[in-house]
Amino acid sequence: MKPYLSIEKLTQRFPDGAGGELTVFEDASFGVEKGEFVVILGHSGCGKSTIMNILAGLAEPTSGVVVMDGQAVRGPSLDRGVVFQNYSLLPWLTTLKNVTFGVAARYPDWSKAKVIDHATEFLAMVGLEGDVIHRKPSQLSGGMRQRVSIARAFANHPKLLLLDEPFGALDALTRGTIQDELLKIWGQMEQTVFMITHDIDEAILLADRILLMTNGPQARVAESVEITIPRPRNRTEIVEHPNYYAIRNHLVQFLGKRSKELAGQPTIAGETNRPETVRIDKTEPQDDPEDTQPALVAVNS
Amino acid sequence: MGQLSLNQRAALLSVLMLIVGLLLWEAAIPAQKAVEELTEYERLTGAGEAKAGVPPPSQVLAKAWEQLSDPFYDAGPNDKGIGIQIGYSIYRVLTGYLLAALVAIPFGFLIGMSQVACKAFNPFIQVLRPISPLAWMPLALFIIGDSEASAIFVIFICSIWPMLINTAFGVAGVREDWVNVARTHELGAIKTAFTVILPAAAPTIVTGMRISIGIAWLVIVAAEMLVGGTGIGYYVWNEWNNLDLTSVIFSILMIGVVGMLLDSAFGLLQRRVTYAE
Ligand SMILES: Nc1ncnc2c1ncn2[C@@H]1O[C@H](COP(=O)(O)OP(=O)(O)OP(=O)(O)O)[C@@H](O)[C@H]1O
Ligand SMILES: [Mg+2]
Repeated sequence: MKPYLSIEKLTQRFPDGAGGELTVFEDASFGVEKGEFVVILGHSGCGKSTIMNILAGLAEPTSGVVVMDGQAVRGPSLDRGVVFQNYSLLPWLTTLKNVTFGVAARYPDWSKAKVIDHATEFLAMVGLEGDVIHRKPSQLSGGMRQRVSIARAFANHPKLLLLDEPFGALDALTRGTIQDELLKIWGQMEQTVFMITHDIDEAILLADRILLMTNGPQARVAESVEITIPRPRNRTEIVEHPNYYAIRNHLVQFLGKRSKELAGQPTIAGETNRPETVRIDKTEPQDDPEDTQPALVAVNS
Repeated sequence: MGQLSLNQRAALLSVLMLIVGLLLWEAAIPAQKAVEELTEYERLTGAGEAKAGVPPPSQVLAKAWEQLSDPFYDAGPNDKGIGIQIGYSIYRVLTGYLLAALVAIPFGFLIGMSQVACKAFNPFIQVLRPISPLAWMPLALFIIGDSEASAIFVIFICSIWPMLINTAFGVAGVREDWVNVARTHELGAIKTAFTVILPAAAPTIVTGMRISIGIAWLVIVAAEMLVGGTGIGYYVWNEWNNLDLTSVIFSILMIGVVGMLLDSAFGLLQRRVTYAE
Protein backbone atom coordinates (compact mmCIF):
# COMPACT_ATOMS: atom_id res chain seq x y z
CA MET A 1 0.00 0.00 0.00
CA LYS A 2 1.46 3.31 -1.09
CA PRO A 3 1.47 6.23 1.30
CA TYR A 4 -0.88 9.17 0.68
CA LEU A 5 1.90 11.30 -0.69
CA SER A 6 4.71 9.39 -2.28
CA ILE A 7 7.97 10.88 -3.52
CA GLU A 8 9.74 8.46 -5.81
CA LYS A 9 13.33 8.70 -6.97
CA LEU A 10 13.32 12.46 -7.15
CA THR A 11 16.46 13.93 -8.69
CA GLN A 12 17.22 17.58 -9.26
CA ARG A 13 20.19 18.89 -11.19
CA PHE A 14 20.96 22.49 -12.07
CA PRO A 15 23.61 23.87 -14.37
CA ASP A 16 26.41 24.89 -12.01
CA GLY A 17 27.32 28.00 -13.97
CA ALA A 18 30.69 26.61 -15.04
CA GLY A 19 29.39 24.40 -17.81
CA GLY A 20 28.89 21.42 -15.56
CA GLU A 21 26.00 20.14 -13.52
CA LEU A 22 25.15 20.45 -9.88
CA THR A 23 23.20 17.57 -8.41
CA VAL A 24 21.19 19.00 -5.55
CA PHE A 25 19.75 15.65 -4.54
CA GLU A 26 19.47 12.30 -6.19
CA ASP A 27 16.89 9.52 -5.99
CA ALA A 28 15.19 10.97 -2.95
CA SER A 29 12.27 8.74 -1.97
CA PHE A 30 9.93 9.03 0.98
CA GLY A 31 6.25 9.02 1.84
CA VAL A 32 3.82 11.04 3.91
CA GLU A 33 0.62 9.58 5.34
CA LYS A 34 -2.73 11.26 5.30
CA GLY A 35 -3.17 13.62 8.25
CA GLU A 36 0.50 13.36 9.12
CA PHE A 37 2.66 16.33 10.11
CA VAL A 38 6.08 15.84 8.59
CA VAL A 39 8.96 18.23 9.09
CA ILE A 40 12.12 18.23 7.02
CA LEU A 41 15.34 19.39 8.65
CA GLY A 42 18.64 20.02 6.97
CA HIS A 43 21.41 22.51 6.51
CA SER A 44 21.05 25.53 4.34
CA GLY A 45 21.41 24.77 0.66
CA CYS A 46 20.72 21.05 0.89
CA GLY A 47 17.65 21.35 -1.31
CA LYS A 48 14.67 21.59 1.03
CA SER A 49 13.03 24.46 -0.81
CA THR A 50 13.71 22.71 -4.08
CA ILE A 51 11.84 19.63 -2.85
CA MET A 52 8.99 21.79 -1.62
CA ASN A 53 8.68 23.63 -4.93
CA ILE A 54 8.47 20.31 -6.70
CA LEU A 55 5.78 19.10 -4.27
CA ALA A 56 3.89 22.34 -4.87
CA GLY A 57 4.17 21.80 -8.61
CA LEU A 58 5.95 25.12 -9.04
CA ALA A 59 9.12 23.43 -10.30
CA GLU A 60 9.83 20.36 -12.37
CA PRO A 61 12.29 17.75 -11.11
CA THR A 62 15.03 16.51 -13.43
CA SER A 63 13.62 13.06 -12.91
CA GLY A 64 11.36 11.16 -10.56
CA VAL A 65 7.72 11.54 -9.68
CA VAL A 66 5.52 12.82 -6.90
CA VAL A 67 2.27 10.92 -6.47
CA MET A 68 -0.49 12.28 -4.28
CA ASP A 69 -3.67 10.34 -3.63
CA GLY A 70 -2.90 8.08 -6.57
CA GLN A 71 -2.25 10.90 -9.02
CA ALA A 72 1.05 12.20 -10.32
CA VAL A 73 1.65 15.83 -9.45
CA ARG A 74 1.79 18.00 -12.54
CA GLY A 75 1.81 21.74 -12.05
CA PRO A 76 0.42 23.69 -9.11
CA SER A 77 -3.00 22.91 -7.74
CA LEU A 78 -5.46 24.17 -5.14
CA ASP A 79 -5.09 20.74 -3.52
CA ARG A 80 -1.61 21.73 -2.43
CA GLY A 81 -1.61 24.93 -0.41
CA VAL A 82 1.67 26.74 0.10
CA VAL A 83 2.78 29.09 2.84
CA PHE A 84 5.84 30.80 1.44
CA GLN A 85 8.79 31.81 3.54
CA ASN A 86 8.26 35.51 2.79
CA TYR A 87 4.48 35.33 3.33
CA SER A 88 3.77 36.29 -0.30
CA LEU A 89 0.73 38.36 0.52
CA LEU A 90 -0.51 40.63 -2.23
CA PRO A 91 0.38 44.08 -0.88
CA TRP A 92 -2.33 45.97 -2.74
CA LEU A 93 -5.11 43.94 -1.11
CA THR A 94 -6.33 44.23 2.45
CA THR A 95 -5.75 41.40 4.88
CA LEU A 96 -9.30 40.15 4.42
CA LYS A 97 -9.10 40.35 0.64
CA ASN A 98 -5.86 38.42 0.65
CA VAL A 99 -7.78 35.54 2.20
CA THR A 100 -11.00 35.93 0.20
CA PHE A 101 -8.82 35.96 -2.92
CA GLY A 102 -7.83 32.37 -2.14
CA VAL A 103 -11.26 31.25 -0.93
CA ALA A 104 -12.97 32.62 -4.05
CA ALA A 105 -10.47 30.74 -6.20
CA ARG A 106 -11.13 27.54 -4.31
CA TYR A 107 -14.92 27.81 -4.14
CA PRO A 108 -15.91 29.76 -7.25
CA ASP A 109 -19.63 29.10 -6.77
CA TRP A 110 -19.84 30.46 -3.22
CA SER A 111 -21.67 33.73 -2.69
CA LYS A 112 -19.62 36.80 -1.83
CA ALA A 113 -21.01 36.89 1.70
CA LYS A 114 -20.14 33.26 2.28
CA VAL A 115 -16.60 33.79 1.04
CA ILE A 116 -16.18 36.73 3.41
CA ASP A 117 -17.63 34.80 6.36
CA HIS A 118 -15.36 31.87 5.72
CA ALA A 119 -12.28 34.09 5.40
CA THR A 120 -13.19 36.04 8.53
CA GLU A 121 -13.59 32.81 10.45
CA PHE A 122 -10.11 31.59 9.52
CA LEU A 123 -8.56 34.96 10.27
CA ALA A 124 -10.17 34.82 13.69
CA MET A 125 -8.68 31.36 14.15
CA VAL A 126 -5.18 32.82 13.88
CA GLY A 127 -6.14 35.68 16.16
CA LEU A 128 -6.83 38.41 13.63
CA GLU A 129 -10.15 40.11 14.27
CA GLY A 130 -11.76 43.52 14.04
CA ASP A 131 -10.17 46.48 12.28
CA VAL A 132 -6.94 44.66 11.59
CA ILE A 133 -8.42 42.63 8.79
CA HIS A 134 -9.13 45.76 6.77
CA ARG A 135 -5.52 46.89 6.86
CA LYS A 136 -2.99 46.35 4.13
CA PRO A 137 -0.16 43.85 4.78
CA SER A 138 2.36 46.70 4.93
CA GLN A 139 0.52 47.95 8.02
CA LEU A 140 0.86 44.61 9.82
CA SER A 141 3.74 43.23 11.84
CA GLY A 142 5.76 40.31 10.48
CA GLY A 143 3.98 37.87 12.78
CA MET A 144 0.57 39.13 11.74
CA ARG A 145 1.48 38.81 8.06
CA GLN A 146 2.56 35.24 8.57
CA ARG A 147 -0.75 34.52 10.29
CA VAL A 148 -2.64 35.92 7.32
CA SER A 149 -0.62 33.68 5.08
CA ILE A 150 -1.42 30.65 7.26
CA ALA A 151 -5.11 31.59 7.38
CA ARG A 152 -5.15 31.89 3.59
CA ALA A 153 -3.67 28.42 3.22
CA PHE A 154 -5.89 26.71 5.82
CA ALA A 155 -9.08 28.42 4.62
CA ASN A 156 -8.68 26.60 1.32
CA HIS A 157 -8.72 23.14 2.89
CA PRO A 158 -5.89 21.85 0.72
CA LYS A 159 -5.24 18.12 0.77
CA LEU A 160 -1.60 18.89 1.47
CA LEU A 161 -0.26 21.97 3.17
CA LEU A 162 3.31 22.96 2.37
CA LEU A 163 5.13 25.33 4.70
CA ASP A 164 8.56 26.66 3.75
CA GLU A 165 10.23 27.94 6.91
CA PRO A 166 7.06 29.75 7.83
CA PHE A 167 8.45 31.22 11.04
CA GLY A 168 11.99 31.87 9.87
CA ALA A 169 11.71 35.64 10.00
CA LEU A 170 9.92 35.88 13.34
CA ASP A 171 11.21 36.56 16.83
CA ALA A 172 11.07 33.74 19.36
CA LEU A 173 7.98 35.01 21.21
CA THR A 174 5.85 35.53 18.12
CA ARG A 175 7.10 32.27 16.74
CA GLY A 176 5.86 30.47 19.85
CA THR A 177 2.40 31.99 19.62
CA ILE A 178 1.99 31.15 15.97
CA GLN A 179 3.31 27.62 16.46
CA ASP A 180 0.60 27.13 19.08
CA GLU A 181 -2.00 28.48 16.68
CA LEU A 182 -0.76 26.23 13.92
CA LEU A 183 -0.97 23.21 16.23
CA LYS A 184 -4.47 24.18 17.30
CA ILE A 185 -5.78 24.49 13.75
CA TRP A 186 -3.99 21.36 12.65
CA GLY A 187 -5.55 19.48 15.58
CA GLN A 188 -9.01 20.57 14.46
CA MET A 189 -8.57 19.83 10.79
CA GLU A 190 -6.54 16.66 10.39
CA GLN A 191 -4.56 18.38 7.70
CA THR A 192 -1.62 16.69 6.02
CA VAL A 193 1.33 19.03 6.50
CA PHE A 194 4.82 19.07 5.07
CA MET A 195 7.02 21.71 6.62
CA ILE A 196 10.59 22.98 6.32
CA THR A 197 12.40 24.40 9.28
CA HIS A 198 15.86 25.12 10.68
CA ASP A 199 14.69 24.99 14.25
CA ILE A 200 15.05 21.64 16.03
CA ASP A 201 12.75 22.48 18.94
CA GLU A 202 10.08 23.70 16.58
CA ALA A 203 10.37 20.47 14.63
CA ILE A 204 9.95 18.31 17.75
CA LEU A 205 7.00 20.35 18.97
CA LEU A 206 5.10 20.13 15.71
CA ALA A 207 6.05 16.96 13.91
CA ASP A 208 4.83 13.40 13.86
CA ARG A 209 7.96 12.55 11.95
CA ILE A 210 11.14 14.43 11.08
CA LEU A 211 13.01 13.78 7.84
CA LEU A 212 16.71 14.49 8.06
CA MET A 213 18.66 15.57 5.02
CA THR A 214 22.40 15.28 4.59
CA ASN A 215 24.38 18.25 3.35
CA GLY A 216 24.40 19.08 -0.33
CA PRO A 217 25.35 18.71 -3.05
CA GLN A 218 24.04 15.23 -3.73
CA ALA A 219 21.99 15.43 -0.60
CA ARG A 220 19.91 12.51 0.60
CA VAL A 221 16.94 12.13 2.88
CA ALA A 222 18.87 9.91 5.24
CA GLU A 223 16.64 9.34 8.25
CA SER A 224 13.05 9.50 9.27
CA VAL A 225 12.79 10.11 13.01
CA GLU A 226 9.50 9.39 14.73
CA ILE A 227 8.52 11.82 17.44
CA THR A 228 7.35 9.55 20.20
CA ILE A 229 5.82 12.26 22.33
CA PRO A 230 2.04 12.08 22.76
CA ARG A 231 -0.25 14.90 21.67
CA PRO A 232 -1.58 17.35 22.54
CA ARG A 233 1.85 18.84 23.05
CA ASN A 234 2.70 21.95 24.89
CA ARG A 235 6.02 23.70 24.61
CA THR A 236 6.61 23.82 28.35
CA GLU A 237 5.56 20.26 29.05
CA ILE A 238 7.24 18.35 26.25
CA VAL A 239 10.70 19.17 27.54
CA GLU A 240 9.89 17.07 30.61
CA HIS A 241 8.95 14.05 28.55
CA PRO A 242 11.65 11.38 28.82
CA ASN A 243 11.92 11.10 25.04
CA TYR A 244 12.43 14.80 24.45
CA TYR A 245 16.14 15.08 25.07
CA ALA A 246 16.87 11.70 23.58
CA ILE A 247 15.26 12.75 20.35
CA ARG A 248 16.76 16.20 20.50
CA ASN A 249 20.25 14.82 21.04
CA HIS A 250 19.83 12.51 18.13
CA LEU A 251 18.82 15.39 15.88
CA VAL A 252 21.62 17.64 17.08
CA GLN A 253 24.07 14.81 16.54
CA PHE A 254 22.83 14.30 13.03
CA LEU A 255 22.88 17.94 12.01
CA GLY A 256 26.17 18.61 13.77
CA LYS A 257 28.15 15.61 12.59
CA ARG A 258 26.52 12.91 10.58
CA SER A 259 24.91 15.19 7.99
CA LYS A 260 28.46 16.07 6.96
CA GLU A 261 29.82 12.53 7.09
CA LEU A 262 26.97 11.17 5.04
CA ALA A 263 27.13 14.00 2.54
CA GLY A 264 27.91 13.39 -1.10
CA GLN A 265 27.73 9.60 -0.91
CA PRO A 266 26.51 8.45 -4.26
CA THR A 267 23.44 6.28 -4.10
CA ILE A 268 23.81 2.61 -4.80
CA ALA A 269 22.12 1.57 -8.00
CA GLY A 270 19.12 -0.67 -7.43
CA GLU A 271 18.70 0.40 -3.80
CA THR A 272 15.36 1.87 -2.81
CA ASN A 273 17.26 4.67 -1.13
CA ARG A 274 14.49 5.27 1.38
CA PRO A 275 15.31 6.99 4.66
CA GLU A 276 16.10 4.80 7.60
CA THR A 277 13.29 4.88 10.16
CA VAL A 278 14.51 5.82 13.62
CA ARG A 279 12.31 5.30 16.64
CA ILE A 280 13.52 6.55 19.97
CA ASP A 281 11.25 5.65 22.87
CA LYS A 282 12.48 5.48 26.45
CA THR A 283 9.02 4.86 27.82
CA GLU A 284 8.89 1.43 26.18
CA PRO A 285 10.17 -1.46 28.27
CA GLN A 286 13.70 -2.20 27.11
CA ASP A 287 15.36 -5.57 26.61
CA ASP A 288 18.59 -4.41 28.16
CA PRO A 289 18.03 -2.21 31.21
CA GLU A 290 21.78 -1.54 31.39
CA ASP A 291 21.66 0.25 28.07
CA THR A 292 21.82 3.94 28.71
CA GLN A 293 21.77 4.79 25.06
CA PRO A 294 18.41 5.74 23.63
CA ALA A 295 16.64 2.78 22.17
CA LEU A 296 17.48 2.88 18.51
CA VAL A 297 15.32 0.76 16.37
CA ALA A 298 16.45 0.98 12.80
CA VAL A 299 14.29 -0.56 10.17
CA ASN A 300 14.64 -0.22 6.47
CA SER A 301 11.18 0.49 5.21
CA MET B 1 4.58 82.78 12.39
CA GLY B 2 5.00 80.01 14.93
CA GLN B 3 1.37 78.87 14.63
CA LEU B 4 1.43 78.40 10.86
CA SER B 5 1.82 74.91 9.48
CA LEU B 6 4.56 74.00 7.03
CA ASN B 7 2.16 74.17 4.10
CA GLN B 8 0.77 77.52 5.16
CA ARG B 9 4.24 78.99 5.45
CA ALA B 10 5.18 77.60 2.03
CA ALA B 11 2.00 79.04 0.49
CA LEU B 12 2.67 82.42 2.02
CA LEU B 13 6.19 82.39 0.64
CA SER B 14 4.90 81.42 -2.82
CA VAL B 15 2.48 84.35 -2.87
CA LEU B 16 5.24 86.67 -1.69
CA MET B 17 7.58 85.51 -4.45
CA LEU B 18 4.82 85.94 -7.02
CA ILE B 19 4.15 89.50 -5.93
CA VAL B 20 7.83 90.44 -5.85
CA GLY B 21 8.36 88.82 -9.26
CA LEU B 22 5.42 90.67 -10.80
CA LEU B 23 6.53 93.96 -9.30
CA LEU B 24 10.07 93.54 -10.64
CA TRP B 25 8.68 92.69 -14.05
CA GLU B 26 6.33 95.67 -13.98
CA ALA B 27 9.17 97.99 -12.95
CA ALA B 28 11.53 96.63 -15.60
CA ILE B 29 9.26 97.65 -18.48
CA PRO B 30 9.79 101.30 -19.33
CA ALA B 31 6.56 103.21 -19.44
CA GLN B 32 5.28 103.46 -22.99
CA LYS B 33 5.21 106.82 -24.54
CA ALA B 34 1.98 107.56 -26.30
CA VAL B 35 2.43 107.82 -30.06
CA GLU B 36 1.75 111.55 -30.00
CA GLU B 37 4.67 112.07 -27.62
CA LEU B 38 7.22 110.55 -29.98
CA THR B 39 9.54 112.82 -31.77
CA GLU B 40 9.61 112.84 -35.54
CA TYR B 41 12.98 111.08 -35.42
CA GLU B 42 11.73 108.34 -33.15
CA ARG B 43 8.73 107.76 -35.37
CA LEU B 44 10.96 107.44 -38.40
CA THR B 45 13.36 104.94 -36.82
CA GLY B 46 10.45 102.90 -35.53
CA ALA B 47 11.62 103.08 -31.90
CA GLY B 48 8.04 103.06 -30.67
CA GLU B 49 7.15 99.80 -32.39
CA ALA B 50 10.16 97.78 -31.38
CA LYS B 51 9.62 98.57 -27.73
CA ALA B 52 5.97 97.67 -28.06
CA GLY B 53 7.19 94.04 -27.53
CA VAL B 54 7.19 92.90 -23.91
CA PRO B 55 4.11 93.98 -21.98
CA PRO B 56 4.03 94.55 -18.24
CA PRO B 57 2.17 92.01 -16.06
CA SER B 58 -0.68 94.40 -15.49
CA GLN B 59 -1.50 94.20 -19.17
CA VAL B 60 -1.25 90.42 -19.15
CA LEU B 61 -3.60 90.28 -16.18
CA ALA B 62 -6.04 92.53 -17.91
CA LYS B 63 -5.84 90.31 -20.98
CA ALA B 64 -6.37 87.23 -18.84
CA TRP B 65 -9.43 88.81 -17.28
CA GLU B 66 -10.82 89.72 -20.64
CA GLN B 67 -10.15 86.29 -22.15
CA LEU B 68 -11.27 84.23 -19.19
CA SER B 69 -14.51 86.12 -18.73
CA ASP B 70 -15.57 84.96 -22.19
CA PRO B 71 -13.41 81.95 -23.06
CA PHE B 72 -15.69 80.36 -25.63
CA TYR B 73 -16.50 83.13 -28.07
CA ASP B 74 -16.11 82.33 -31.73
CA ALA B 75 -15.67 85.20 -34.15
CA GLY B 76 -14.33 83.44 -37.22
CA PRO B 77 -11.27 81.27 -37.99
CA ASN B 78 -8.67 83.64 -36.59
CA ASP B 79 -10.55 84.87 -33.58
CA LYS B 80 -11.70 82.23 -31.15
CA GLY B 81 -11.79 82.27 -27.34
CA ILE B 82 -8.93 80.73 -25.36
CA GLY B 83 -11.32 78.06 -24.03
CA ILE B 84 -12.11 76.87 -27.55
CA GLN B 85 -8.44 76.77 -28.52
CA ILE B 86 -7.46 74.82 -25.43
CA GLY B 87 -10.45 72.55 -25.99
CA TYR B 88 -9.16 71.67 -29.45
CA SER B 89 -5.71 70.91 -28.08
CA ILE B 90 -7.02 68.76 -25.25
CA TYR B 91 -9.26 66.90 -27.65
CA ARG B 92 -6.27 66.09 -29.91
CA VAL B 93 -4.03 65.16 -27.00
CA LEU B 94 -6.61 62.88 -25.43
CA THR B 95 -7.53 61.19 -28.69
CA GLY B 96 -3.94 60.47 -29.66
CA TYR B 97 -3.07 59.58 -26.08
CA LEU B 98 -5.96 57.15 -25.60
CA LEU B 99 -5.23 55.44 -28.89
CA ALA B 100 -1.61 55.10 -27.77
CA ALA B 101 -2.69 53.68 -24.40
CA LEU B 102 -4.97 51.17 -26.14
CA VAL B 103 -2.02 49.93 -28.15
CA ALA B 104 0.84 50.37 -25.68
CA ILE B 105 -0.62 48.85 -22.53
CA PRO B 106 -1.84 45.50 -23.95
CA PHE B 107 1.18 45.27 -26.17
CA GLY B 108 3.57 46.17 -23.36
CA PHE B 109 1.86 43.52 -21.27
CA LEU B 110 2.61 40.83 -23.85
CA ILE B 111 6.17 41.98 -24.28
CA GLY B 112 6.68 42.04 -20.52
CA MET B 113 5.36 38.49 -20.16
CA SER B 114 7.78 37.00 -22.66
CA GLN B 115 11.53 37.41 -22.50
CA VAL B 116 11.83 36.47 -26.16
CA ALA B 117 9.33 39.11 -27.25
CA CYS B 118 11.07 41.61 -25.00
CA LYS B 119 14.42 41.01 -26.64
CA ALA B 120 12.94 40.79 -30.13
CA PHE B 121 11.11 44.12 -29.96
CA ASN B 122 13.79 45.96 -28.07
CA PRO B 123 15.90 47.11 -31.06
CA PHE B 124 12.84 48.54 -32.83
CA ILE B 125 11.70 50.36 -29.74
CA GLN B 126 15.18 51.72 -29.12
CA VAL B 127 15.40 53.12 -32.67
CA LEU B 128 11.87 54.50 -32.87
CA ARG B 129 11.75 56.03 -29.42
CA PRO B 130 14.36 58.80 -29.77
CA ILE B 131 12.80 60.14 -32.99
CA SER B 132 11.37 63.58 -32.39
CA PRO B 133 7.62 63.19 -32.84
CA LEU B 134 7.57 66.20 -35.17
CA ALA B 135 9.89 64.38 -37.55
CA TRP B 136 6.93 62.13 -38.33
CA MET B 137 4.84 65.09 -39.37
CA PRO B 138 5.74 65.24 -43.10
CA LEU B 139 5.26 61.50 -43.45
CA ALA B 140 1.98 61.67 -41.58
CA LEU B 141 0.75 64.57 -43.68
CA PHE B 142 1.67 62.71 -46.83
CA ILE B 143 0.18 59.37 -45.89
CA ILE B 144 -2.83 60.48 -43.86
CA GLY B 145 -3.42 63.68 -45.80
CA ASP B 146 -5.62 65.27 -43.18
CA SER B 147 -3.79 67.77 -40.94
CA GLU B 148 -6.09 67.16 -37.99
CA ALA B 149 -5.48 63.41 -38.10
CA SER B 150 -1.76 64.00 -38.59
CA ALA B 151 -1.58 66.04 -35.38
CA ILE B 152 -3.36 63.25 -33.55
CA PHE B 153 -0.97 60.74 -35.06
CA VAL B 154 2.00 62.74 -33.81
CA ILE B 155 0.53 62.71 -30.32
CA PHE B 156 -0.08 58.99 -30.65
CA ILE B 157 3.50 58.28 -31.67
CA CYS B 158 5.07 60.41 -28.95
CA SER B 159 2.96 59.07 -26.09
CA ILE B 160 3.24 55.42 -27.02
CA TRP B 161 6.86 54.84 -25.96
CA PRO B 162 6.89 55.67 -22.26
CA MET B 163 3.68 53.69 -21.77
CA LEU B 164 4.96 50.75 -23.78
CA ILE B 165 8.33 50.61 -22.07
CA ASN B 166 6.97 51.14 -18.57
CA THR B 167 4.24 48.55 -19.01
CA ALA B 168 6.70 45.97 -20.30
CA PHE B 169 9.16 46.83 -17.54
CA GLY B 170 6.49 46.74 -14.82
CA VAL B 171 5.05 43.44 -16.00
CA ALA B 172 8.45 41.81 -16.37
CA GLY B 173 9.39 42.94 -12.85
CA VAL B 174 6.38 41.48 -11.04
CA ARG B 175 7.68 39.45 -8.13
CA GLU B 176 7.90 35.73 -8.85
CA ASP B 177 6.28 35.04 -5.46
CA TRP B 178 3.08 36.82 -6.42
CA VAL B 179 2.88 34.95 -9.67
CA ASN B 180 3.41 31.75 -7.69
CA VAL B 181 0.51 32.70 -5.44
CA ALA B 182 -1.65 32.96 -8.56
CA ARG B 183 -0.32 29.64 -9.81
CA THR B 184 -0.97 27.76 -6.57
CA HIS B 185 -4.51 29.13 -6.64
CA GLU B 186 -4.98 27.80 -10.16
CA LEU B 187 -5.85 31.17 -11.63
CA GLY B 188 -6.00 31.12 -15.41
CA ALA B 189 -3.84 33.35 -17.60
CA ILE B 190 -6.49 36.08 -17.96
CA LYS B 191 -7.38 36.03 -14.28
CA THR B 192 -3.71 36.16 -13.29
CA ALA B 193 -3.15 39.08 -15.64
CA PHE B 194 -5.99 41.11 -14.17
CA THR B 195 -5.88 40.19 -10.49
CA VAL B 196 -2.15 39.85 -9.89
CA ILE B 197 0.06 41.21 -12.65
CA LEU B 198 -1.94 44.33 -13.47
CA PRO B 199 -2.24 45.60 -9.88
CA ALA B 200 1.38 44.64 -9.20
CA ALA B 201 2.63 46.52 -12.25
CA ALA B 202 0.10 49.36 -12.00
CA PRO B 203 2.41 51.89 -10.29
CA THR B 204 5.01 51.50 -13.04
CA ILE B 205 2.38 51.58 -15.78
CA VAL B 206 0.77 54.73 -14.40
CA THR B 207 4.17 56.37 -14.11
CA GLY B 208 4.59 55.68 -17.84
CA MET B 209 1.14 57.13 -18.52
CA ARG B 210 2.03 60.24 -16.56
CA ILE B 211 5.26 60.75 -18.49
CA SER B 212 3.35 60.22 -21.74
CA ILE B 213 0.66 62.78 -21.04
CA GLY B 214 3.38 65.29 -20.16
CA ILE B 215 5.20 64.68 -23.43
CA ALA B 216 1.92 64.76 -25.40
CA TRP B 217 1.11 68.16 -23.98
CA LEU B 218 4.59 69.44 -24.85
CA VAL B 219 4.31 68.14 -28.38
CA ILE B 220 0.80 69.34 -29.18
CA VAL B 221 1.87 72.98 -29.01
CA ALA B 222 4.61 72.44 -31.56
CA ALA B 223 2.41 70.24 -33.73
CA GLU B 224 -0.35 72.84 -33.85
CA MET B 225 2.15 75.55 -34.75
CA LEU B 226 2.98 73.42 -37.77
CA VAL B 227 -0.48 72.31 -38.91
CA GLY B 228 -2.31 75.51 -37.96
CA GLY B 229 -6.02 76.12 -37.92
CA THR B 230 -6.99 75.68 -34.30
CA GLY B 231 -5.54 74.80 -30.91
CA ILE B 232 -3.45 76.55 -28.33
CA GLY B 233 -0.24 76.06 -30.30
CA TYR B 234 -1.74 77.72 -33.34
CA TYR B 235 -3.11 80.46 -31.11
CA VAL B 236 0.35 81.28 -29.73
CA TRP B 237 1.82 81.41 -33.21
CA ASN B 238 -1.05 83.47 -34.56
CA GLU B 239 -0.76 86.04 -31.77
CA TRP B 240 2.97 86.23 -32.43
CA ASN B 241 2.21 87.00 -36.06
CA ASN B 242 -0.18 89.69 -34.84
CA LEU B 243 2.65 90.92 -32.59
CA ASP B 244 0.25 90.66 -29.68
CA LEU B 245 2.77 89.64 -27.03
CA THR B 246 0.28 90.10 -24.24
CA SER B 247 -1.79 87.27 -25.69
CA VAL B 248 1.35 85.20 -26.28
CA ILE B 249 2.38 85.49 -22.63
CA PHE B 250 -1.15 84.83 -21.48
CA SER B 251 -1.42 81.69 -23.58
CA ILE B 252 1.99 80.47 -22.44
CA LEU B 253 0.69 80.67 -18.89
CA MET B 254 -2.46 78.80 -19.89
CA ILE B 255 -0.37 76.04 -21.46
CA GLY B 256 1.44 75.68 -18.14
CA VAL B 257 -1.76 75.60 -16.13
CA VAL B 258 -3.43 72.96 -18.32
CA GLY B 259 -0.24 70.87 -18.30
CA MET B 260 -0.17 71.03 -14.54
CA LEU B 261 -3.81 69.96 -14.30
CA LEU B 262 -3.25 67.00 -16.62
CA ASP B 263 -0.22 65.96 -14.61
CA SER B 264 -1.95 66.22 -11.27
CA ALA B 265 -4.85 64.13 -12.56
CA PHE B 266 -2.37 61.36 -13.23
CA GLY B 267 -0.71 62.09 -9.92
CA LEU B 268 -4.01 61.28 -8.23
CA LEU B 269 -4.35 58.07 -10.20
CA GLN B 270 -0.79 57.18 -9.28
CA ARG B 271 -1.48 57.64 -5.62
CA ARG B 272 -4.48 55.34 -5.91
CA VAL B 273 -2.60 52.43 -7.45
CA THR B 274 0.62 52.70 -5.44
CA TYR B 275 1.04 50.14 -2.70
CA ALA B 276 3.59 49.74 0.06
CA GLU B 277 5.35 46.42 0.29
N1 LIG C 1 17.19 27.68 -10.11
C1 LIG C 1 18.35 27.23 -9.64
N2 LIG C 1 19.46 27.20 -10.44
C2 LIG C 1 20.63 26.74 -9.99
N3 LIG C 1 20.83 26.28 -8.75
C3 LIG C 1 19.79 26.29 -7.89
C4 LIG C 1 18.50 26.78 -8.29
N4 LIG C 1 17.66 26.66 -7.23
C5 LIG C 1 18.38 26.15 -6.23
N5 LIG C 1 19.67 25.92 -6.61
C6 LIG C 1 20.73 25.32 -5.79
O1 LIG C 1 20.19 24.19 -5.18
C7 LIG C 1 20.66 24.08 -3.86
C8 LIG C 1 19.50 23.89 -2.92
O2 LIG C 1 18.73 25.06 -2.86
P1 LIG C 1 17.47 25.19 -1.92
O3 LIG C 1 16.93 26.54 -2.07
O4 LIG C 1 16.57 24.06 -2.17
O5 LIG C 1 18.15 25.03 -0.48
P2 LIG C 1 17.45 24.98 0.95
O6 LIG C 1 17.71 23.65 1.52
O7 LIG C 1 16.05 25.40 0.86
O8 LIG C 1 18.30 26.05 1.73
P3 LIG C 1 17.81 27.10 2.84
O9 LIG C 1 17.64 26.32 4.08
O10 LIG C 1 18.94 28.05 2.92
O11 LIG C 1 16.55 27.71 2.34
C9 LIG C 1 21.52 25.29 -3.60
O12 LIG C 1 22.86 24.91 -3.68
C10 LIG C 1 21.16 26.24 -4.68
O13 LIG C 1 22.29 26.98 -5.05
MG1 LIG D 1 14.92 27.24 1.45
